[in-house]
Formats: sequence, C-alpha cells, structure tokens
Amino acid sequence: MGLEMATVLTPPRLTTPPGSDSTGGNGSGFGRRGYGGYGGRDYRDWSVPAQTYRTGMWMALVAIVMLFASFTSALIVRKGGSSDWAAIALPRILYFNTLILLASSVAFEISRRALGAGRASQFKIWLKVTSILGVAFIGGQLVAWRELASHGVYLSTNPSSSFFYLLTAAHGLHLLGGVIALCYLVGQAPRLAAGLKKRVAVDVTALYWHFMDGLWIYLLLLLTVRL
Amino acid sequence: MADAHAEAVHHHTAPTGFIRKYIFSLDHKVIGKQYYFLALASVFVGIILSVLMRWHMVWPGAHMPLLEKLSPNGAPGGVMTPEYYLSLMTMHGTLMVFFVLTTAPQSGFGNYILPIQLGAEDMAFPTLNMLSFWTTFVGFVVLLSTFFITDGPPLSGWTAYPPLSAIGTAAGPGEGMGQTLWIVSIAIFCLGSLLGSLNFIATTLDLRARGLTLSRLPLTAWAWLITAVLMLLSFAVLLAAGVLLLLDRLGGTSFFIPAGLVVSDQIIPHSGGSPLLWQHLFWFFGHPEVYIAILPGMGMTSHIISTFSRKPIFGYKAMVYAMMAIGFLGFMVWGHHMFLSGMSPYSGFAFSMMTMAIGVPSAIKTFNWLGTLWGGRLRMTSAMLFSIGFVSLFVSGGLSGLFLAQPPVDVPLHATYFVVGHFHLVMGVAAIFGMFAGTFFWFPKMFGRMLNETLGKIHFWITFVGVYCIFMPMHFLGVAGNIRRYSQFTEVDFLNTPHIIDLHMFMSYAAFITAGAQLIFVVNLFWSMFKGGKASENPWEATTLEWTIPSPPPFDNFAGKHPVVYHGAYEFGVPGAEKDFIMQDSPEIVPAE
Repeated sequence: MGLEMATVLTPPRLTTPPGSDSTGGNGSGFGRRGYGGYGGRDYRDWSVPAQTYRTGMWMALVAIVMLFASFTSALIVRKGGSSDWAAIALPRILYFNTLILLASSVAFEISRRALGAGRASQFKIWLKVTSILGVAFIGGQLVAWRELASHGVYLSTNPSSSFFYLLTAAHGLHLLGGVIALCYLVGQAPRLAAGLKKRVAVDVTALYWHFMDGLWIYLLLLLTVRL
Repeated sequence: MADAHAEAVHHHTAPTGFIRKYIFSLDHKVIGKQYYFLALASVFVGIILSVLMRWHMVWPGAHMPLLEKLSPNGAPGGVMTPEYYLSLMTMHGTLMVFFVLTTAPQSGFGNYILPIQLGAEDMAFPTLNMLSFWTTFVGFVVLLSTFFITDGPPLSGWTAYPPLSAIGTAAGPGEGMGQTLWIVSIAIFCLGSLLGSLNFIATTLDLRARGLTLSRLPLTAWAWLITAVLMLLSFAVLLAAGVLLLLDRLGGTSFFIPAGLVVSDQIIPHSGGSPLLWQHLFWFFGHPEVYIAILPGMGMTSHIISTFSRKPIFGYKAMVYAMMAIGFLGFMVWGHHMFLSGMSPYSGFAFSMMTMAIGVPSAIKTFNWLGTLWGGRLRMTSAMLFSIGFVSLFVSGGLSGLFLAQPPVDVPLHATYFVVGHFHLVMGVAAIFGMFAGTFFWFPKMFGRMLNETLGKIHFWITFVGVYCIFMPMHFLGVAGNIRRYSQFTEVDFLNTPHIIDLHMFMSYAAFITAGAQLIFVVNLFWSMFKGGKASENPWEATTLEWTIPSPPPFDNFAGKHPVVYHGAYEFGVPGAEKDFIMQDSPEIVPAE
C-alpha cells in the first residue's frame, strides 16, 4: 500500500529512459515543466508523455490511409465500370521526383543520427537539406503537371487524368504539411540539439515524412499500373 | 500519502482574458461546453425546420410570411414550394446528423467528461482540440449561410446523391451555390471530426491515471473511444467522397456523373461516371456514422442505469465487446442502404446477413441494461428516466431494422415513411434521449448547480409519449405505401384518403406539442445554470473520477494531483463495503467473503 502510494507521482506507461524530461506526465512532480508547454507560447504548461505524440501521429496516418484507400477504390470502380477511360502517359520527371523524395528521407535519417550523436550543426544542416529536397519534390510534381498541360491533358480531360491530378495534388498537399513541420524543426534546431526537449517532435515528423515517402511509392505504382 | 500529494500539487494558472478563457480556450471543459451549445443551436434550427415541414405537409397552402422574408423564391407569397420543402428536409437532416448527433454526445460530453474520468488534466492535444471545435464551427456557419443565398439551401438530402448533387443549377434551385457550400461545409466538418477523434484516442490510450486499466474504464469512456475509432476510419472516406463531388461540380471531372445524362432537355457534358460510386463511398461513412451517433448514448445509458440502479453494470465485459462488435460490423453493412440500387442478389444477401448479425450485440446490450435494472434499488431521477427511455426507443427502432435488413422487405418499404420512422427512433431520438440523460447526469458537474427534477420529469414524459406519437404511425404509413420526401399528399390519389391525411394530422400535432415541450428543457437548462440549487461534489453517489473533484471542477481538474484508481467503474452494493458504492480512487479494500 505505502509503496504504491509513493509511486503516485510517476505518470502512467513510461517508455522513455530516466533522465529524459519527456517523462513528465505534466512534469509537475519533478519540479520542472515537461516540454515547456507548446514552445513556451502556450499559457498552459500541460504536457503529455512522448508516447502520446506518437499515438496521435499514428492515428493521423490511419486517417490518411483511409483517405487514399477511398481514392484508390474510387479509381478502381471508375476505371472498371466505364468505357471512356483513356490511359495517359506519365511524365518521365515523376521517376526523378521519386528519387528526390527517397533522398529526402535518407537526409532526414542522417539528420536524426546527428541529433542522437549530439552534432548540432549537422543536425540542422541535414534538416535543411531534407526540407529543400521536399520542396524540390513538390516543384518537380508541378513540372509534371505543366508537362501534361502542355500536351493538353487537364484535370477534366479524362478520368485517368482526373485521378492523376487528384492523387498528386492530395499527396503534394500532405507533403507540404510535412515541409512546414520541417521548417518549424529547423527553427527549433538549437533548442532540440541543446537538450532532450521536444525530441519527440523530430520523431513524429520523421514518421510522417517517411510515411509520405512510402505513400508516394504506392501512388506511383497505382498510377503506373492503373492509369 | 499526504506528503506525496503535497509535493504533487502544482497550480496551473487559468487564463484570465475573456477571449482565451471563453472563446479560443484550450480547456477541454470549455471546449466541451462549446460543442454542447453548438449542438443546442443546431437542434434548435433543426426542430424549427421539422415543424415547418410538418406544418406544410398537413396545410400545404398555409401562409408563412416569415418564411417568405427568409426566402422569397422558396416561399413566394408565404407558401412553401415543393423544392423548398426538400431544401428544409436537407438542412434538417444535415444539421441533425452532423451538427447535433455527431457533435454533442461525442465531442460535447466526451470533451468535458472523458479527460476527468481518465484522471487527466486535459485532452492530449489541447491546441488541436480548440482547432477541432473552431473548424466544426466554421462548417456550421458555412452550412447555415446557404439559407441566405438567393437560391437557398440544397435539396439533395443529407445523403447528397449525384447526379442531383453534381450537375449544378440544372438540377433545381439550391443545387448551385447552395450545394457547393454544403459540400464545403461537410468537408470542413470532416476535418474537425478527424482532428477531434485522434485526440480522443491518444488521450484514452496514453493519459489514463495510474491503476485505471482498460477493464476499469467507465463504459462511457469505452463508448467515446470506440466512437472515436469509427470517426477516424469513416470521416476520411466522406472527405474523399466530398472532394470528388466538389471536383465534379467545379473541376469538370466525371467521377459521379454518367454519360448522356439529359436534364431539363439539356445534355450534361460529362461522361462515364458512376453515381453508385458515391453511394458506396457515402454509406461506407454513413453507416458507421449512425453508430457514431448512438454509441456514446449507449455508454451514457449503461453508466447512468448502473448508477441509479445501485448495481454493477450487468456483464461489463460483454458490454465492451458488444460495442466493439457493433463498431466492427458497422463497417460491413453499408450496402443495406443501397438494396434499391440493383445490386447483385449475392451482395444483397451478404449485406443482409451482416446487418442482422448486428442484432446480436444490440440484444446483448439490451438484455444487460434490463439485467442491471432487474432487482436494483432504482432511483428514478430524470437522468435515469431518459436512460430507460433510450433503451425503449433503441429497441422499438431497432426491431424495424430487422425488417429493413432483408432486401425483399426493404425494396417496397425503402422509399416510404417506414424508414423515416425507423431511423428517427433508433438513431435520432434515442441518441437525443442519451443526450438528455447525459445533461441531467453531468449538469451538476459542468455548472455546479442542479437541474430542476420536476421540470425534468414533465419534460421527459411529454417528450417520451410525444416521440412515439410522431414516429410510430410512420411505420403504418410506410406499410400503406406512403412515399417519403413528398411535400404534400393531397395531390396523390391513393394517399389522399381520410385515414392517411388524418394520421399525418395527428403526427403533426404530436410534433408541435413535442417540439414545444422542449422549451421546458431550455428553460430548465438556463434557469438552473444561474438559479439552480448548489451541487455537491458527488450528488448522485456515483463512483467515477469526475465525482471526486469539486463541481464545477477547477481549471486543471485535479489541482495538480494525480489520482490513482483502485476499483472498477461500477462497484455498487459491494457486500462488506462501508457504503453502497466504492469510489474508483478509494483505497478501501473490501475483505473477500
């Protein structure tokens, strides 16, 4: 009984090692402020175990899977049930873009390694490289759009082009969200490198970024096989 | 123990500015109330629309000068056009399903109560929580704005089937800007719901108090968790469908619009789309949606019936598994909304079997509610009455579901009032009763004052009898072939008989009285908020964590302490215990007999 009460302060389901201040629950029992709230901009110092952010991100990914699963099933039904489907030739640059996106994931991992090893400047540089590669990917996708448009293939030209624009746009918008998160991390880089604060933000962004990478590979396969 | 708690006390400062405190608040309790009042505003509009519809149905030529002011096109000379009737029906359905049934039971009560029941200080992501609410609010404003545009609201129903919803003004008034705004509103609502649901899941999984294992979770928390999972999986599908529909309308694509469609002697320049594709996507969302509406009510009913029967809930685990089964099967049965679409008899058979299989977990729940009531020392509070009313309505509405689950029965009944009666009872009114029960139960916690029980019971009885008078006759009308969605019946020979018209008259009067009786609730709500008797910490002698803190709770719920849970959620009448209930955080050990 007494023993149990003495551990009252320990928040539930700890997964982080001792010494990490992401163990905080709300950090209150330990006389410090957990993550420091939301970048110190928040009036409230309620912060939660790092695991919660991972759960939240996984749940967001589940929703995104459902979104793209819906688009996929729509594509299959639309193609299977109609006679007006005319395949479009995929712009070659898509494959180049794919390489860029894969490279960005590698850069992100290099950046995380640097963070783990305490090499602050490398962490920030590779984070920047990741976001630049991300922007380059989105730019490359826009070039692909321009190329299709120059051949007179627009959103409403054919169901297959409709799906091409739809899927690339939906993926691009999601990736843009990732780029914004990366820019935030770049801004926070000195703080992230200085201590363990908010490192979960790097983890969940990496999870999201790699997922967007995998999602793009899937979409490219779908577009190649189905369109 | 005292030392431990003293160390744990860590006072968080509440925001002081009006805007951060009441408008853009991060406090889950404020956000919960915001959702609740949003739903209250929506239900107010929704009920007015239903009264207008019932009025028009029985007095088709009635002059409604105010309606003409609102929509000169929809009610020229104050007389509602058939198209405007459909617009009102669309808005009634959309407001009720999305902004009432999805909003109050889950996001309203869930936001307020769930973190406290878990022993947490707030939701996992307070900023996201605030964003969810304000996103939903924007969706609400966009939806209501359709009343004030020239063509008025869309008339394609809350299901927005294409091609009607996809081809623009050629399809009729409201199908231009009104329908576009409708889709935008629903897409915004989807985003808000997705953000909210991931917050609920993360909170429940990761922020439970020490000792609060899943098997000690209150059934309300279980219901909110399972509902959140359904929302996460289904709203993304509706969002996808909405994007496709919007592209068909604005981008010139042909996802849903078939080739060679001629409307008003004009050929629609689209090709090869599939209207059925929309139905599949929509109902893949739409069927889980009805469980999103009802599951929180089931959780609240279980919770309240156990509390006021002074007995543990009968079959706790069975209740949890039944909710999971309902949620799971809910994703397998969307086709039963589409038996009329000419689907393969084999598919129809499969959907039919899956649908009837839902009867099993539903019956388990019903028997467990009755088993909890059986032999209990019942305290007939208003919350208890509404919970029992929930069970009654759920059974009455659910039984007709077994009829409709069978394609040969559904085909002749589907386009009739039978279906209207069915879903209003089982999902609409039952969920509303869940909300009333939740309101009476948690109002003391939320506002620190008691609702008036006498007014509550008067309100209950009028509403309970009233809704049966409105919706039961619909089943007979349906069997008699009374088609739904018609704005009046006097011009249809086989419906223009005294029997049918008189029954509609009866239902309309019942609707007016029941709608009027809701003012009792509104008066009770707002009067008690300021003048009701002061509520104690635990007025109902309930066991869960929200009853261990003051009413209303302080800003950070547990004043910096971390509650520890030692007991299950429904330990009532434990032999050998000091009182007839054991609080979840009570360290009391009851000697085994």
